[in-house]
Amino acid sequence: METKKILFTGVGGQGTLLASRLLGEAALSSGMDVRVSEVHGMAQRGGVVESTVMLGGLKSPIISKGQADILVSFEPLETLRALDRCSKETVIVTNVNPIVPITVKLGQFEYPDVDKWLKFMKDSYKRVCALDADSLAKEAGTAKAVNVVLLGVLIGLNEVPISKELIIETIKAQVKPKFVEPNIKAFELGYENATC
Amino acid sequence: MHPLLTNEVGIKKLLLGNEAIVRGALEAGVAVSAAYPGTPSSEIANNLFFISQEPDSPIYFEFSANEKVAMEVAAAAAASGVRSLTCMKHVGMNVASDVLMTLAYVGVKAGMVIVTADDPSMHSSQNEQDNRIFAKFANLPMLEPTSPQEAKDMTIEAFEISEKLELPVIIRTTTRTSHVRGPVEFGPLPKEIKKKGRFQKDPRRWVPVPAVARIRHKVLLEKEEEARSLSETSNFNILTGSGRVGVVASGVSACYVEDAINELSASDKIKFLRLGFPYPFPKKLLTDFINGVDKILVVEELEPFLEDEIKLLCKDLSIDKEVFGKGSKHFSRMYEFDPQMVKRAVADVADLKLDEPQMPDLSDLPPLPLRPPTLCTGCPHRETYNAVKEALKELGQEENAIYPTDIGCYTLGLLPPIQMADYLLCMGSSVGSSAGFSIATDHKIVSFIGDSTFFHSGISSLASAYHNKHKFCLVVLDNSTTAMTGHQPNPGIEITPPGYDKPRIPIEDVVKGLGIKAVYKINPYKKKDSIESLKEALSRDELTVVIAEAPCILYYRKVGGKK
Repeated sequence: METKKILFTGVGGQGTLLASRLLGEAALSSGMDVRVSEVHGMAQRGGVVESTVMLGGLKSPIISKGQADILVSFEPLETLRALDRCSKETVIVTNVNPIVPITVKLGQFEYPDVDKWLKFMKDSYKRVCALDADSLAKEAGTAKAVNVVLLGVLIGLNEVPISKELIIETIKAQVKPKFVEPNIKAFELGYENATC
Repeated sequence: MHPLLTNEVGIKKLLLGNEAIVRGALEAGVAVSAAYPGTPSSEIANNLFFISQEPDSPIYFEFSANEKVAMEVAAAAAASGVRSLTCMKHVGMNVASDVLMTLAYVGVKAGMVIVTADDPSMHSSQNEQDNRIFAKFANLPMLEPTSPQEAKDMTIEAFEISEKLELPVIIRTTTRTSHVRGPVEFGPLPKEIKKKGRFQKDPRRWVPVPAVARIRHKVLLEKEEEARSLSETSNFNILTGSGRVGVVASGVSACYVEDAINELSASDKIKFLRLGFPYPFPKKLLTDFINGVDKILVVEELEPFLEDEIKLLCKDLSIDKEVFGKGSKHFSRMYEFDPQMVKRAVADVADLKLDEPQMPDLSDLPPLPLRPPTLCTGCPHRETYNAVKEALKELGQEENAIYPTDIGCYTLGLLPPIQMADYLLCMGSSVGSSAGFSIATDHKIVSFIGDSTFFHSGISSLASAYHNKHKFCLVVLDNSTTAMTGHQPNPGIEITPPGYDKPRIPIEDVVKGLGIKAVYKINPYKKKDSIESLKEALSRDELTVVIAEAPCILYYRKVGGKK
């Protein structure tokens, strides 16, 4: 099978680890070899949280500069921060809602112009899917499901060899029962909005 | 039932490296385990803890006060014929090293496994020391997994090797093996586990007074050679590929090499030796390997541990071959590697063409705002820091104050807008360093330590500081849990996990028990009262202790606010 290097990035608390884990579990249940790397510890306290899913027999758990096949980003500033891992051939899925870091609130930095850089990305990369995942998550009934919305977009783009049904089965198996329904709805909304 | 306790033999689960180590230990029949939490090792201890809380659990586990105690607990169990495990982060091994160095002399009866989880690039640590050197320092066998499956398999094998040699065996991981998930196939759990042993008295073995230690050192060096004969033929030292270029790697570096060889389609040009059992260094295996290639690239993060051994071997055998790695500047002794860095080095040494990815020009990208980790919104530590700052301001001492700090979430007090962390070495150093500052300077010294760190290594330092009449104010940030590593219990906790029935040791009692008179308790959310108490504590010309009691909000929410 063709290898795929998928980078997830977001801010501590956004659930990047659950998204990468669901994808990893789905890959395993379809018989693929898979590696998922996670960040634990200090970085989870509101810092940047990156994870990777490596498909197709890759052994390396992390992704070098310019080597990501797919970037799934939960926050636009973090999308920009992860561009150094992307090449012209990278498929990018990004949320458009900023989470303003403390360093901007303290006046040490300016938050970049999201629209300007989204245009740059659309002009420079193979395929860019930018959407308001927060609104879709709220529509699904839980603001916390941004991660599953974006996973839905990823699967909807048909860039990884994992089916929609398999992810839904994985959500049912892995997510706490009372959150299964809104998560499936969030996933479906993401899937339907994978238009780019 | 805890998912790692399932007896469905043959199923595959997506496990973290750390979880795979736990499953391996369970399949090997571990009965006693003890640890102090620390990233990236924490999930080993957490899972063992939850498993030990299960009804009819096969294992005993305790969160010990520190890594030294944990290793002593595990050592005594293994000396009594009961299989045991302890795990720690790399710097935890420093704390336990007093045990380790002599434990190697006296050895064990049942298998004992010591897991050290290193942290190249310091994702969650104060240094990036290479703990492979501890294996060599203590003359103990060491295994180094590259994947979760191997982490499980090696843990089982480590118990076997340990029992055979009567020596503890070290498993060394790094962040990228501990915190990586991969498919792991479950084997059978033992039908019966030896939970109680019997300690056979033998002072000439177990009591290393000089006359005994002299004998035991000789025994250890003999066992080291026996261990070498195991590493020479171990299935974890894997040779693949063919060609005149040799590559040697271990741990996650071996993953990068494997991907590099595949992506360069170079398996007919490169002979690759993956050392899963790197210590004692398999000299015969390496000699054959070196003789079969023209040049060698060594790929290992941090210190040139294997590279130096290979160079030494070449010199001893008068083999004149080029050895590339750190010495040739292909790799740094700092930070973790990444796949492309390794691929570049492999391509360079093997004279292969490398395609670099085409990246859009990012030079117009503005400096991106940093997103440092911060104390949570509503965190009680934030309130305590602000109250201390206000009290010092009202006393006119803010400019003259310095803040020795310690290890935990509250180290984040380093960052703006708080900026109240000025000096840090290791667990417990807030107290010992305050003693030094109080002698060597005229600063107003206010130091911070968490509740778990206080029990880990604050108590003896505080006794020393009080006895030696040092003058500073120690603020104990008591949030009733070990928050940074994932809310593990410690001896002082008031809010306990469900079913946890161990006696509480109030920090106030400990401090007063040492003889310290000026002890204040504050609730940091009561701002005015806190500032008043702090002002009083900070005005005294003696050692004072302020205990700021308020639970970690994340933990409080997790346990549902139940006391």
